[in-house]
Amino acid sequence: MDRHPGWIFLRNVIIKAAGLFILLNLAYAWIYPRETLGAVSGYNLIFPGRVRFPHGDVPEKAFNITTSNLRAMYASHVISAPAPDEFRVAIVGDSSVWGFLLEPDQTFTARLNNSGLVHPDGRSIQFYNLGYPTLSVTKDLLILERAIEYQPDLILWFVTLESLPKHTQLESPILQLNPVQARDLLDRNGMTLPEQEELLKPPTFWDRTIVGHRAELSELIRLQLFGFTWAATGVDHYIPETYNERMEDLSSEVEYKNLQPGGMAAGTLAFEAIEAGMRMAGEIPVVVINEPIFISQGENSEIRYNFFYPRWAYDEYRLLLHERAEQDGWQILDLWDVIPPHEFTDSAIHYSPAGADIVASRLADFLETRFDIMSLVD
Amino acid sequence: MGLTQILVFLLIAIAVGLLLKQERRSWAIFLVSLLSVYLFQPLVPLRDFGFWFPTASILLTAGTWLVVRGEDQKIEPEDIIAGGLSVLIIILVSMNRFVPLEIAWLPGSVPPLLSVLVFLSIFTVLGWVVSVRYEIRRLGTWIYLFGLIGIFVVIKTQPLMLWLSELLREMIGQSTALASTLDFSWLGFSYISFRLLHTLRDRHSGRLPAVSLRDFMTYVLFFPALVAGPIDRIERFVQDLQTSEALDGEQIVAAGRRILLGLVKKFALADGLALLALSPTTAPALRSAGWAWVLLYGYSFQLFFDFSGYTDIAIGMGILTGVTLPENFDQPYLKSNMTTFWNSWHMTLARWFRSYFFNPLTRALRSGLLRNSPGLIVLIGQFSTMLLIGLWHGITWNFALWGLWHGVGLFIHNRWVNYLRARSGPGLITSLPEAATRGLGTLVTFHFTALGWVWFALSDFEMSVNVFRTLFGMTG
Repeated sequence: MDRHPGWIFLRNVIIKAAGLFILLNLAYAWIYPRETLGAVSGYNLIFPGRVRFPHGDVPEKAFNITTSNLRAMYASHVISAPAPDEFRVAIVGDSSVWGFLLEPDQTFTARLNNSGLVHPDGRSIQFYNLGYPTLSVTKDLLILERAIEYQPDLILWFVTLESLPKHTQLESPILQLNPVQARDLLDRNGMTLPEQEELLKPPTFWDRTIVGHRAELSELIRLQLFGFTWAATGVDHYIPETYNERMEDLSSEVEYKNLQPGGMAAGTLAFEAIEAGMRMAGEIPVVVINEPIFISQGENSEIRYNFFYPRWAYDEYRLLLHERAEQDGWQILDLWDVIPPHEFTDSAIHYSPAGADIVASRLADFLETRFDIMSLVD
Repeated sequence: MGLTQILVFLLIAIAVGLLLKQERRSWAIFLVSLLSVYLFQPLVPLRDFGFWFPTASILLTAGTWLVVRGEDQKIEPEDIIAGGLSVLIIILVSMNRFVPLEIAWLPGSVPPLLSVLVFLSIFTVLGWVVSVRYEIRRLGTWIYLFGLIGIFVVIKTQPLMLWLSELLREMIGQSTALASTLDFSWLGFSYISFRLLHTLRDRHSGRLPAVSLRDFMTYVLFFPALVAGPIDRIERFVQDLQTSEALDGEQIVAAGRRILLGLVKKFALADGLALLALSPTTAPALRSAGWAWVLLYGYSFQLFFDFSGYTDIAIGMGILTGVTLPENFDQPYLKSNMTTFWNSWHMTLARWFRSYFFNPLTRALRSGLLRNSPGLIVLIGQFSTMLLIGLWHGITWNFALWGLWHGVGLFIHNRWVNYLRARSGPGLITSLPEAATRGLGTLVTFHFTALGWVWFALSDFEMSVNVFRTLFGMTG
């Protein structure tokens, strides 16, 4: 090889590129601008805000993507651009609230928004779907903490037994991918959960570099690009033509998460998370809603309600929930059996548009009677 | 071709360019190109066809060389070595399953070695028979020409593909219910066949130079241009191959710039735009004209960046191996009329059709019954050429309509230019400043092209019409 100017140029390019690459990664790791980057969003600016959090199992068909960046989730949501004179209702919960296998306009939140509910003082009532797939009240708490920044007037919190066992709380990926925030949340609320040391490890230096953080950066970019398709199509969820329906014939298993009949104790459930949510909400009223479940009529349905729950476990849970609500003065609405079995879709908690209509109607009735601050108008 | 494959072949190209010179380099490029036919081939649901398709590409190429040799071009020892190496590579690939660590990019399912050997033996005997006499070779060129067009038609026509897929599945004992067009994912065949057709037609016209088997196969299967072109001319390609000098720093820098540009275009811009581009998935859900235009623009630029990105990568890798591949794009969306657009979009394909279809056809029409109807000659020439370019992408109504759409555009432009030439005195358009007319022309040409992509992007006529209705606010 000669000392041709081309070789010298090439050498300089390689040295400078390597230097810049290292420097940029070091600077990024030092600043770690996760929150700032999450806040950079075209939603509610170039394209309309999403009516539910970004979440997509099949991004190319759902025009949607799952991100673990909480700031980005909120920045893409319509709650980030609320009307100033509305009565704001934040609804948190799992995939049944988010509306799995439902179009965005078929969820009960959308139905409520279309039902013309108004506040007696003339303010329109706007319901915000802050449900997020995965079952964990601690995950709900993490989401709720940010929701309070948007000053809701009322919080509806959908729970079910499956979202409460303490040892499954941290299985939700969004908690594991936000370990610092999750640990901080637990510490501030005096909560301790099994395996939290292992599951909520803070990011290493490598994780904080551009290279280590590239998966989330890619999610953030794609989330913005999907904003165009969201605006153009209004599609945010891929609903396959066929899917495996919820299980009708059930096993005869009576054990529930290593517990035997009579073994469901308040200490096994993460009621502290709900309690922390109540504290966090302060003056804002919170209604805890026991969400509808599928009640099977098939084989072994005398032993189990559905794939998730043996009858004894769910019945004991309901007793505990009501006891706790009475003891701590929580407002509670139990909708566990309001949806007929045939309106459930692929799981014991996902329901059809007709099921969503029932939930919306029951909620509207409840809000009208319990909170005389609301009235139905045509 | 994924990013990893590109990077691996990039390293190979650099190593070949830096370490080897002249003859050795040519042999190395030849061997890498042969292997790349297998390595780039995607998985095919039809059992063993992940092996048979690349093998067919190699054998079709070798077979074409056998028939296009000139009357006095003898088979040299170098040709026998090239043929032997091709056979060796085919056999080695077919033995992939006997290697303890199967190479992931090679076909996972391969036929028994014995059937491969029998097949190669039959091909060799047939090749020898064809080689013996020039008259048989001449007949062979026509058999190959129509054979290639026949295969091309079958693998571009969905009903024929499904029929053949069912037939093949029945023969090899696979479920016919799963027959699909994916069974015919024959990598690079569109480009391979057009390079072969070029050599066959040049043999007929006596323009084909004498080329060794090694150089002929390298031209057809050249690894940087295998997946997405460009379609070079053999005489130019072989000249580069034979005269390339040792790689210097400047060439590496030029190649690096081009490859980097290609990588950004393909993997950052095109793949990003794919998320917001018009597609059969987004089209049925479009709900407003404004956003429909955004998605159409998204598709227009996605297609450009994707295709021109691949071309940049191919040209860059070509530089590293000492071959200057022809340009395929020259800022097509900035052109001010349809004629210049087609001189700058997929240029090598357009040139191919001009050389082997448009020019011969218009020459024939000019010397025939239509000698006094120049307008009609242009109309027939442009419509039929663009129709064929459309069908080259796939034999469907929508591709045909896309081709005709451009035929209309070219014809209108041709008539417009004639009209302006014939006009005396200034008109409204001609009195505008040149920059303004050029700008207006670019705007109109781009939007005409973008609207044409509606036919191209969607596979369904009704869906395309609905998109047009949405774009122009004629829904509901």
